[in-house]
Amino acid sequence: MDSKLVARVVEKLLLKATTDLPEDAVHALQKAAAREKNEIAKDQLHIILQNVELAKGKKVPMCQDTGTLTFYVKGRSFGMEVEEGIRKGVKRATEKVPLRPNSVNPLTRKNMGNDPIINYEYSKDDCLEISVIPKGAGCENMSSLGMLTPAHGREGIKKFILKTIAEKGKNACPPLVVGIGIGGTSEEAMKLAKKSFLLPLDENNPDKEAGKLEQELLQEINALELGTMGLGGSTTVLAVKVSVKPTHTASLPVAINLQCWADRKATARICGDKIEIH
Amino acid sequence: MTRLKYTKLSTPLERESVLQLKLGDRVVVSGTIFSMRDQAIQRILKEGQHGKNIPGLKNAIIYNCGPLARKKGGKWDLVSAGPTTSSRMNPLMPSMINDFGISAVIGKGGMSLEVLRAMKGKCVYLSAVGGSGALAAEQLQVQKVQWLDLGMPEALWTLKANEFGSLIVTMDAHGHSLYENVSKKVRKNLESQR
Repeated sequence: MDSKLVARVVEKLLLKATTDLPEDAVHALQKAAAREKNEIAKDQLHIILQNVELAKGKKVPMCQDTGTLTFYVKGRSFGMEVEEGIRKGVKRATEKVPLRPNSVNPLTRKNMGNDPIINYEYSKDDCLEISVIPKGAGCENMSSLGMLTPAHGREGIKKFILKTIAEKGKNACPPLVVGIGIGGTSEEAMKLAKKSFLLPLDENNPDKEAGKLEQELLQEINALELGTMGLGGSTTVLAVKVSVKPTHTASLPVAINLQCWADRKATARICGDKIEIH
Repeated sequence: MTRLKYTKLSTPLERESVLQLKLGDRVVVSGTIFSMRDQAIQRILKEGQHGKNIPGLKNAIIYNCGPLARKKGGKWDLVSAGPTTSSRMNPLMPSMINDFGISAVIGKGGMSLEVLRAMKGKCVYLSAVGGSGALAAEQLQVQKVQWLDLGMPEALWTLKANEFGSLIVTMDAHGHSLYENVSKKVRKNLESQR
């Protein structure tokens, strides 16, 4: 593996992720558009689908906010060449796709191009897997962390999530995908919530408790009638993804990360000379 | 898809046509609009305080957007240009309406009750579909860009709109807000669920 190969793969990955909405998200939007009764919401969903088709055909980013680029790298053995390759690939994609230069110094607000966030994880897999979630700020700004107490329990978790979406959901460009991380520590819960956007939309968590919570939340959030773009109707969320992890006996961290309808993600697998992008 | 009826607006807006718009109306916009957000608006307000004249904002439409553009042969092309979250500009907008005389704001997510009050009798809020940047870029062209030192998303872009929309009137000039109406219903639904 060398950094040049990684850079090439990352450039392709970013083109795919920002211009071509994954099929599970397109299907969910189509289903919602067919089901929606509210006239304004129906109209908005059709415009979204038209935009998705146009972006794919023209190979241009569906949304001008090409986001903060969060990467997930997984493999048996890798080194500095992956980090170098990702940074090079981001730079090139920023120019070629193009991506909007979104990173600024938080204090001076000076623009510095695109600075990726990279997460690394070991696996027994001989192939190297690189995934990316380009996620806009409109929805990222609506993230929330609740350090609940164990006594809050399941009902407390649901109440916190419903209240957050009722208050903040409209700015996150609904219909949303809701990423929930429960357990771990404060920062682990937030990471869990974000990473759940890599999971397929149309499957529930095989963990019985988490899967049930996903289904209940999907129904209860949509019953709020916040609706597409916060303008009313029955389509507020496309899917709820709940990920859980062991936590301290005195803790109940609950992290909420909202993803806009543009549930952008792409994964590359590098196995020797063979490269797959999906 | 239902057949939709649009009101066609062109800039500069006339007071009369602003006052006629009602919640839920569908609108398309043609003419010059100004794409600006957090930083450009702050700069306008600051320069305005120093008595500098920012031309062209009287009866103008401002678009809360941070476009993705590409320079090709010395000319800027829009690649993707959907709306950004307007509520970030809540504290800045009353002054833009009262001191600079803007007549419409295009954005997403709506604005505060304070902005709604400032809009009374003179300004409306039009919602564009968040995330639909590729489509918006087909209906808009770059005329001029200023203040690129703020970075591409934060610069002041003068755009030419050719039937930009469809946009929805979600805050009118008579104190009504569709966001407020939905919000009330959501709060009620939330209470009845818990």
